[in-house]
Amino acid sequence: MNGHGSIHGGMTLENKITLVTGASRGIGHAIALKLGQLGAVVIGTATTESGASTINQYLEKAGIKGMGITLNVNDTEQINNTIQIIREKFGEVEILVNNAGVTRDNLLVRMKDEEWDEIIETDLKSVFRLSRAVLRAMMKARHGRIINISSVVGAMGNMGQTNYAAAKAGIFGFSKSLAREVGSRNITVNCVAPGFIDTDMTRSLTDELQQNLIQHVPLGRLGRPEEVASAVAFLASSAAGYITGTTLHVNGGMYMD
Amino acid sequence: MENIEQRIRKIVAEQLGVNEAEVKNESSFVNDLGADSLDTVELVMALEEEFECEIPDEQAEKINTVQEAIDYVTANTN
Repeated sequence: MNGHGSIHGGMTLENKITLVTGASRGIGHAIALKLGQLGAVVIGTATTESGASTINQYLEKAGIKGMGITLNVNDTEQINNTIQIIREKFGEVEILVNNAGVTRDNLLVRMKDEEWDEIIETDLKSVFRLSRAVLRAMMKARHGRIINISSVVGAMGNMGQTNYAAAKAGIFGFSKSLAREVGSRNITVNCVAPGFIDTDMTRSLTDELQQNLIQHVPLGRLGRPEEVASAVAFLASSAAGYITGTTLHVNGGMYMD
Repeated sequence: MENIEQRIRKIVAEQLGVNEAEVKNESSFVNDLGADSLDTVELVMALEEEFECEIPDEQAEKINTVQEAIDYVTANTN
């Protein structure tokens, strides 16, 4: 029977070459696994050697084709080299998931230039750099998926995160503009905006702060990385072929668009 | 082997989806052949591939007609 196809309803990514930045842990890890389970060839990046080998290990354990690779997303030359390596080993990138991101929280009155710049560079400019690096091949292929991981903070703001919120909100505008530029080439560009997800980033918060956060979530709990990954998988799939320039909010209802 | 001019006219016709007969040397990609800005980028990509060369962006911006493409390729390839 046609069980497999009907279960996934067009959500198969058979042999699609997929690049996921920041894939060693947290949401990126869940995205890499989910897309791999749907059949994608997954190349995951991490900033360190140990991160890359973590990716290699979990991909291999899950029987997913692909590899982990070290990449500093702030370095255009490294990005181009990475794309070249992927091209030689697997082919052109068909799905790009810009997930890598960091935080450097501070109240604005105390924020240093470096704290601002680092976040804009790593969380926003990297999205520009990586998208540019894969775009020509996608244009030529007349197919492509770019999925940018933003944040609920980019939509509603958060105290102590002016830099992070600015970068994540910037991703929305970037995605909408690029979606308009390359729509005629059948390339879709969308965002997924996670709310508070159970990762190292949120585990570092105090219990009191966590409880406080959850009070503002109608679904009454933190999200799971896999729940963000499901949204990414949908946008990457042919099932989402007519969706571009939009944002899927995965936040338990804490912010409603 | 076709000459540079013939190869370029063929690529232009293919990329822009026009009849090769419409592609004259003085044709402007945008004004005469209906290309948009993204089409011209792709056209340059196709030229790079056909002639195995890399056309820097600042040069690519100056290639607006079939003749300019012919001149560039003639001057920059063997």
